[in-house]
Amino acid sequence: MKITVKLFAIFRNDRFKIEDRDYPNETTVGDVLTSLDIDGPELGVALINGRHVTKETVVTEGQTLALFPKVGGG
Amino acid sequence: MNRIFRVNMKDLTCKIEEVPEAWAGHGGRGLTSNIVAAEVPPTCHPLGPNNKLVFAPGLLTGTPAAQSGRMSAGAKSPLTGGIKESNAGGTSAQQFAKLGIKAMIIEDQPEAGKWYELHVNNNGVTFHDASALKGVQNFDVIAAMEEKYNPKIGVCTIGIPGEERLLSANISVKDSDHKIRSHGRGGLGAVMGSKGIKVITIDDSAGKRVTIADPEKFRAAAKIFAKAMLDHPVTGEGLPIYGTNVLINILNEAGGLPPKNFRYGQCEHHDKVSGETMHDVIASRGGSTKHGCHAGCIIQCSQVYVDENKEYITSGFEYETVWGLGINCMIESLDDCARIDNAMDNIGIDSIEGAVLLGVAMEAGVLPWGDGKEALRIMNEEIGKATPLGRILGNGTKSVGDAYGLTRVPIVKGQGIPAYDPRSVKGIGITYATSTMGADHTAGYAIATNILQVGGHIDPLQKEGQVELSRNLSIATAAIDSCGMCIFIAFPALDIPECLPALIDMINARYDISLDGDDVVALGKSILKTEKAFNDAAGFTNADDRLPEFFELETVSPHNAIWDFSPAEIDEFWNF
Repeated sequence: MKITVKLFAIFRNDRFKIEDRDYPNETTVGDVLTSLDIDGPELGVALINGRHVTKETVVTEGQTLALFPKVGGG
Repeated sequence: MNRIFRVNMKDLTCKIEEVPEAWAGHGGRGLTSNIVAAEVPPTCHPLGPNNKLVFAPGLLTGTPAAQSGRMSAGAKSPLTGGIKESNAGGTSAQQFAKLGIKAMIIEDQPEAGKWYELHVNNNGVTFHDASALKGVQNFDVIAAMEEKYNPKIGVCTIGIPGEERLLSANISVKDSDHKIRSHGRGGLGAVMGSKGIKVITIDDSAGKRVTIADPEKFRAAAKIFAKAMLDHPVTGEGLPIYGTNVLINILNEAGGLPPKNFRYGQCEHHDKVSGETMHDVIASRGGSTKHGCHAGCIIQCSQVYVDENKEYITSGFEYETVWGLGINCMIESLDDCARIDNAMDNIGIDSIEGAVLLGVAMEAGVLPWGDGKEALRIMNEEIGKATPLGRILGNGTKSVGDAYGLTRVPIVKGQGIPAYDPRSVKGIGITYATSTMGADHTAGYAIATNILQVGGHIDPLQKEGQVELSRNLSIATAAIDSCGMCIFIAFPALDIPECLPALIDMINARYDISLDGDDVVALGKSILKTEKAFNDAAGFTNADDRLPEFFELETVSPHNAIWDFSPAEIDEFWNF
């Protein structure tokens, strides 16, 4: 299945900003992180369609997954 | 720090007083708010003789504690009509601490048309005619004072909007690079102008190092505290690399980034003004992606933004300002936004209020959406010169909305709402509604838990848990604001268990006292209650703890979220 992955802040270094990528069915957010060589604890926020999800969340065909390291400001 | 400088602007005197017992345990916001509550009649006109302008460094300011160099300024706000504390970096806080000044209280006012420079040194305050500086904007005032004294002189100044008592006017504080940090919110520049003070200069050459009761204990705690700053990914990595503007993209993804005067929750051109883009622009032009607002800052979230010829455009270019100009006003050129930010520094208006009022002015048709060049002209030529239009605009978001008969006017208690849509990030909506300061994201930064998943996670779209979250953050923030600490210490404090105890240990070691966590919570609660009592006595009621009606009438995309807290639910905030 195809999903769109968006990366932000230092996750973009040596990777990409946005990419359509192929994954098998039942792929989780954690599986996507592994495929990108991002360690679980580095993850700050994962959003699918603007909603917070966890590493265990299963991604489905056509969804957009946005991945952020731990960031803050204000 | 054991002295209070009490300045009277009517008879041009300065008395040096001992610190009363009741104020000994206070600093920063806790001290300014307690002084204002004790000495300013709540119903007084904020621009009249009975208001007082108070400056106070924090409890830890002047020590080697990382992040402790913030100065609090307080008064009755002419923008909100309630109590105000606004804290800033720059050099003034540490200079006051070195001079042993726990607070400077400025009272009364001279006859109209008189302008003074207040010169603060170890012996007190002297008064100098500043009529030659009338009509001079901030950067030139700083240059003139450095010329008059030396490059290390501390400077707090107002531009023409402050002289003309416009309600968005701020107090600009010189930083170590001769640029500007700001007591931004609440119109404190107008209060300074109403007292005939054009500039305050600070000579700390006869000052002494701050004494610490137990230096060894202090050193040990300071080390743990600094390590927490560097170890936490937000303060150790994200903020130093991208600055606060790293928030543009995450708020956009989450649907909490409001463009075009709070019409939507996402913005198509967000990446043009994002923190990642800003970092790349600064790095490619040879600017500086890291910069601290005060000596001793190890987070370095600020930056120096330059043009293609490496010439300075602005610094301290924060997320809320970039949101306000780049997203709220739809100005897609980051360079234009940076030039407007610099203009707001120079004329001396709050860059949040300035950007929010500009959005309402665009709504009114005063200028087209996205027109950065016209926005810059308006800053310099209208608000900056206090023309009739400049006065309507420069008196803040509410003034613009009133003048043009609009209903989409994002304010609470008269102060412009910043950068985060309260319908889709509900925790921050509770903070906006209930803050004693008017709409103020820093008062209880629920974004941390709603969006950034720092200190746990509460779904930004659900109502459950938001009031309690906002209340707890607001109590903690009032205490942190009393230490002279940068609010960003909250990120490690929420996640790293050793951080907050180390902060308390530093206070204990500094003063030879034995506070514990409960005492700090009690301090935060007491500050909030003191501020609320002042506001109540000034005429505020529960009905002032509300968001503008349009948030209840219009849903915001992409989540179709609406503001749906009942009055009783909001009022639960004060149940402590």
